[in-house]
Amino acid sequence: MGAYLRPASIDEALDRLSTGGWKVVAGCTDYYCRPDAQPLADHVLDLTGLSEARGIVDDGKLFRLGALTTWAELAAAHLPPQFDALRDAARHIGGIQIQNTGSIGGNLCNASPAADGVPPLLIMDAAVELRSLFGARVLPLTEFILDSRQTALRPEELLTAILLPKRRGRHASRFRKLGARSYQVISIVMVAALLETDDTGRIAEAAVAVGSCSSVALRLSALEHALIGRDVAGRPLSTLLDAKHFAQLKPVSDVRGTAEYRRDAARLLVGRALEEVQERLQ
Amino acid sequence: MPGANAFGVLPGFRDQPVFAETRVRFRGEAIAAVIGDAATIERFDSNHFPVTWLELPALLSIDDALAEDAPQLFDGRPGNVLVRGYVRRGDPDVALAGAAHTAEGDFETAFVEHAYIEPEAGFARRVGDGVEVHVTTQTPYMDRDEVAAVLGLAKERVRIVPTACGGGFGGKLDMSLQPFVALAAWLLDRPVRCLYSRVESMATTTKRHPARIRARVGADADGRLSAMTFDGDFNTGAYASWGPTVANRVPVHCSGPYFWPSIEARSRAVLTNIVPAGAFRGFGTPQAAIATEALLDELADKLGQDRLAFRLKNALRPGQPTATGQVLEASAGMAACLEALRGAWHAGRTAALSHNAATDGRTRRGVGIASMWYGCGNTSISNPSTMRVALKADGTLVLYQGAVDIGQGSNTVLAQICAETLGVPLDRLTLVTGDTARTPDAGKTSASRQTFVSGRATQRAAEALRAAILRRANAGDAAAIVFDGAQVRVRDGEVVRQIDLATLPVNDEGDVLAGEGTFDPPTSPLDENGQGIPYATYAFGAQVAEVLVDVDLGTVKVLRVTAAHDVGQAINPMLIEGQVEGGIAQGIGMALMEEWVPGRTDNLHDYLIPTVGDVPAIETILIEDKEPLGPFGAKGVGEPALIPTAAAILNAIRDATGVTIRRVPATPDRVRAAILAARAER
Repeated sequence: MGAYLRPASIDEALDRLSTGGWKVVAGCTDYYCRPDAQPLADHVLDLTGLSEARGIVDDGKLFRLGALTTWAELAAAHLPPQFDALRDAARHIGGIQIQNTGSIGGNLCNASPAADGVPPLLIMDAAVELRSLFGARVLPLTEFILDSRQTALRPEELLTAILLPKRRGRHASRFRKLGARSYQVISIVMVAALLETDDTGRIAEAAVAVGSCSSVALRLSALEHALIGRDVAGRPLSTLLDAKHFAQLKPVSDVRGTAEYRRDAARLLVGRALEEVQERLQ
Repeated sequence: MPGANAFGVLPGFRDQPVFAETRVRFRGEAIAAVIGDAATIERFDSNHFPVTWLELPALLSIDDALAEDAPQLFDGRPGNVLVRGYVRRGDPDVALAGAAHTAEGDFETAFVEHAYIEPEAGFARRVGDGVEVHVTTQTPYMDRDEVAAVLGLAKERVRIVPTACGGGFGGKLDMSLQPFVALAAWLLDRPVRCLYSRVESMATTTKRHPARIRARVGADADGRLSAMTFDGDFNTGAYASWGPTVANRVPVHCSGPYFWPSIEARSRAVLTNIVPAGAFRGFGTPQAAIATEALLDELADKLGQDRLAFRLKNALRPGQPTATGQVLEASAGMAACLEALRGAWHAGRTAALSHNAATDGRTRRGVGIASMWYGCGNTSISNPSTMRVALKADGTLVLYQGAVDIGQGSNTVLAQICAETLGVPLDRLTLVTGDTARTPDAGKTSASRQTFVSGRATQRAAEALRAAILRRANAGDAAAIVFDGAQVRVRDGEVVRQIDLATLPVNDEGDVLAGEGTFDPPTSPLDENGQGIPYATYAFGAQVAEVLVDVDLGTVKVLRVTAAHDVGQAINPMLIEGQVEGGIAQGIGMALMEEWVPGRTDNLHDYLIPTVGDVPAIETILIEDKEPLGPFGAKGVGEPALIPTAAAILNAIRDATGVTIRRVPATPDRVRAAILAARAER
């Protein structure tokens, strides 16, 4: 393999990064399992020494989620219900070993259409903090992941944190993952849903995202509009679902399932996730 | 290449080159070996290897290969059919025409990867005028003969030393890197090692045969089976490998362990341009069981009979002929297995009924049953095993046993048989295992034969050592032997004689007394209608699977499996439980998730095998209907454990949903599609 560096601070990492030619890694859970199995020849910049980019901080208006925070840390953290979907995802990604080393920032930078971390972050209106030697910028997550395996990250930048607005009202969230086996499986479909109610029990804000059914996980805006104003004490929210709510999805057929199945399963899982959120809010 | 650029596993079918010369028949076939020190090989980029490819049309499916205008892959294999199997007894067409009830269907299965934990690995070196190969294998003597042919050496100049094997399941019954490392070490006179990556292992080594089966069954008005017809095509890939064995085993076994007055079963191994399909736990019988057991459920339902009781009524019993006309006189414990499962069956049905009555219909619970039988040993051919037990001058007892322990426990079981026969504690034995220079030929670790065949050979070897001691002590058969360090005392009635081992002449291995035993299970050839005695004994078994189906998503969770297996005599119950649990885990994979797609799922990221979360509680019930030919009555269980699992799970899905799944794996999209199609028909 090539050179290997493990800087101890973000500044040092950015300094090294500016020289170019580095493969940036965090938990390596995507890096090592590339199916081509060629020998490792990259120059590797390992970010796992950046303790300042780890952990979850509540700064009053926002939660700041360090990019190196692992799935296991997320699963174990005490967090408000808006994080329930993300913590569900954290408990279902890979096995315990993967959860102990894989990071949320790596999951975003890898930009797999099947990244389990993305829908739960989309429903929280996540933004990402990107830093370089020239400063920092913040992009909404929807503008960061551009396509399958493509992000807006510039070569001299590191993703250092994920910024999540704090929910003020009564809310709940839920994640649902579907695979062909119980554990350690790439999702055929996964969905995340978050609802916030007003004082009368009506839905004030709704966020629903679906992954593995398009090159980038998507929020279902038409469905979200349809949910606003509904009474969570009323009939099951799944009965509102309509094919047009899922028209944005462009699923493909592959070894994990057919496109038709993905479309059906997305609708079923969204319905179930909404019912579970509804139940928690009743 | 000093010898022949060809190898194979069966006489008459040595059609695979070590290196393809002008024509590559499957993606992943070797064309050259690049040898270097570790650092050089690590940097080697195969994309720059100097070769010019000309792409020819590829036959990727059974249909491709059987098409009238298909390119012919081999001379002398017209229609791309490698071999056919055939069994016929009575006139099933007449019987089916007169049957009170019939059921028929088409079934399809996928390529399945063995997914042993240890990929292929080994090293070779020149020693004296020969070559030594240390390698992961299930068949050291076959490897020796094949490597010798490739090197153009006498067999005795090749030594195969099996390394501790991390699983085989049939996948290490073919050569992989053996000829490459042997050739390299021989030509370069340097030690040479090779280790396959997981991708290399999955892309280039054998798979379970995908099957396409059409079967039809009939019964009389009382529910007695009357006739079966069975046609199975098996995608055997680019070279013969064990395709002929699958083609022969399937027609013999596709009846299941039932009495059929008439049957006609045909099979074809079809050549294609995919990695060779070879040996995999059950040699085609798990695929056949999926078809047969599904149709039996349909018949039972048409008759309005309980599915277990229907199987019990038709279970093959001693005195009834099999599909090949063989009449088993003993150790045919099929009925006992089914009777032992009654409790699990009725408990499963009760649980399913109460779940299905109480819930909203999103999930449905079901219970399925399937049976199996399986001939232990090779089909209608000699497959002897020889074992040796010896005493050293210091009194050490050595079992020279060449049966490769691939994780199933033959090192333990054969030592137990030896110790029991000699009347010594197990820890008195020293083992010399699988080494073609030191252990006699025990045959392959395949065909569920080592406990039965090598076990009986071990028993005979121990008896021969005992006889040698008694002869030396001039004692009668009833005399007792006490092994006491360098002394052996023989008590014959009132007389005690002592043998001082240190005074005896020593052979090359340092042994002073030895006994050798051989067992070759008695069989007879099959005639043109497949009639004869293909195996000396059969394992029997049945399994009950309980499942929960999410009828909207099509996901299936296996809740519990109860397995009853007639093992003749359990030599080591815990090892048998291990075999049963492992077989069921592999059967769950075959039923629900495993499908190897060439070039697409050559890795364990995309190719799914069951995890701990997919394998439920398993209860194993041992039935011991002693086999007179087996050691202490024992027979095999290695493959039998897997054979009925997928069939039982699919039958449970049908019980839960009313839908017969005709194509495995039953992935969520396929199960949902089948449920939707059934709804549309109603």
